[in-house]
Amino acid sequence: MAVMLDLDVIWRNLPFLMIQGFLGFGNFVGGTLRLAIPSIVLGFILGIFIGIGRLAPQRWIRIPATLYVEFFRGIPLVMVIFWMWFIIPIVLNQAIPEYWVALTAFVIFEAAYLGEIVRAGIQSVPRGQVEAATAVGLTGTQTMRSVVLPQALKNMIPSLVTQFIVLFKDTSLASIIGFMDLTKAAQVVNNREIRPFQLYLFIAAVYWICTYSMSRYARHLEKRLSPA
Amino acid sequence: MKYQFDWSVLWTGESGQWLLSGLITTLELSALAWLLAVALGIVSGALRTVKFRPLRALATFYVEFFRNVPLLVWMFFWYFAVPPLLPSVIQGWLLGHELEFTAGVCALGVYSGARFSEVLRSGIQSIPKTQFEASTASGLTTFQAYRYVILPVALRLIIPPGTSESLNLLKNSSIALTISVAELTFQTRQIETYTAKAIEALTAGTLIYLVLCVSIASVMGWVEQRTAIPGLITAGKRWR
Repeated sequence: MAVMLDLDVIWRNLPFLMIQGFLGFGNFVGGTLRLAIPSIVLGFILGIFIGIGRLAPQRWIRIPATLYVEFFRGIPLVMVIFWMWFIIPIVLNQAIPEYWVALTAFVIFEAAYLGEIVRAGIQSVPRGQVEAATAVGLTGTQTMRSVVLPQALKNMIPSLVTQFIVLFKDTSLASIIGFMDLTKAAQVVNNREIRPFQLYLFIAAVYWICTYSMSRYARHLEKRLSPA
Repeated sequence: MKYQFDWSVLWTGESGQWLLSGLITTLELSALAWLLAVALGIVSGALRTVKFRPLRALATFYVEFFRNVPLLVWMFFWYFAVPPLLPSVIQGWLLGHELEFTAGVCALGVYSGARFSEVLRSGIQSIPKTQFEASTASGLTTFQAYRYVILPVALRLIIPPGTSESLNLLKNSSIALTISVAELTFQTRQIETYTAKAIEALTAGTLIYLVLCVSIASVMGWVEQRTAIPGLITAGKRWR
């Protein structure tokens, strides 16, 4: 049981784990946050188009958007990461860094889930709003941009925070292709120190603090934003 | 783009055998983890409603801690960190009996159990308290009220989110490849390694996952419609 008490291993490797692994500054390309934040932003932008596409009256837009969502929700994220890992070098004829492979995979994969959130958000806006906007003479695009989306966005915020938590946890899978995130950093340290119990429990605690505080925040938002 | 397609790699050599054994391992891993997850989900879901505070706190801790940490971290934890803490007799036995697979089942089952617990809890909470009160008022015992009123409704209510979580479990089983469980994604990678035909191998793996997910979802969608309570639940057209 002496093994369990050796917490010094965390302290010794704290800068590497947190600054390199979690934040992404150091000699390696990495960082959980550096991957998670651009992924959610870009994934959301793509998700808006997919969510609107799912509700489009034109079949040639609606059907591909639906297939996109159903396809990516029917396969594991690990598969998507491997797809990008192999297909990007074939298409571009050159290898690209793991960061861009992982980012592409996350944006494409998460956009399917975020698209569903956007769709639900748009559907939560009362029809009367669209009718009123049309009645005062706005075009379809104007209605979407200045009437529907702003209201939908407000309704989406709690689900978006929840999805961000999921994505934040999913970024650990980028370590499979060698991206130096928090999980990979713990693996690297463990290969040298052989203290799996302390190291994996430590990063579990780091992930937990981040995700749990976000989920508390989501619950708070849900309460504040829900109509009384 | 210079890529020579050669789809025959999927049916020549050992590819077919690998894919099949990968599929079987994925199904075995998912089925065992699913049983563990449902058991843990029911126990922790029930414990979260008892009056005795320490038990309630323990169940809440389990749910909040395990579902908020990436599954990959749990895979490494169960595979690398737990075995050295066990008595050497068990360690020796595990090493001879697919340690990776056992660790994979534990990681996936314990992680998903925390998520199932939330599904069960919201299912039971969505039944109005008056249903229970009405049952007891009409002379049913507590057991009968649960047996004939609460559970039949609750179980139907949790079919859609339960299906969605079960499909998540199936898809998440692919993460077990990181601790070298030879499941479907692992075998897909193996075909790629041996034949250098990435697109063909990934297509095969992807299609198998899609067929699995879509068929489970449509069976469950049918079950959901068959068991729908008229007027109470709008039979879902969507499967997630």
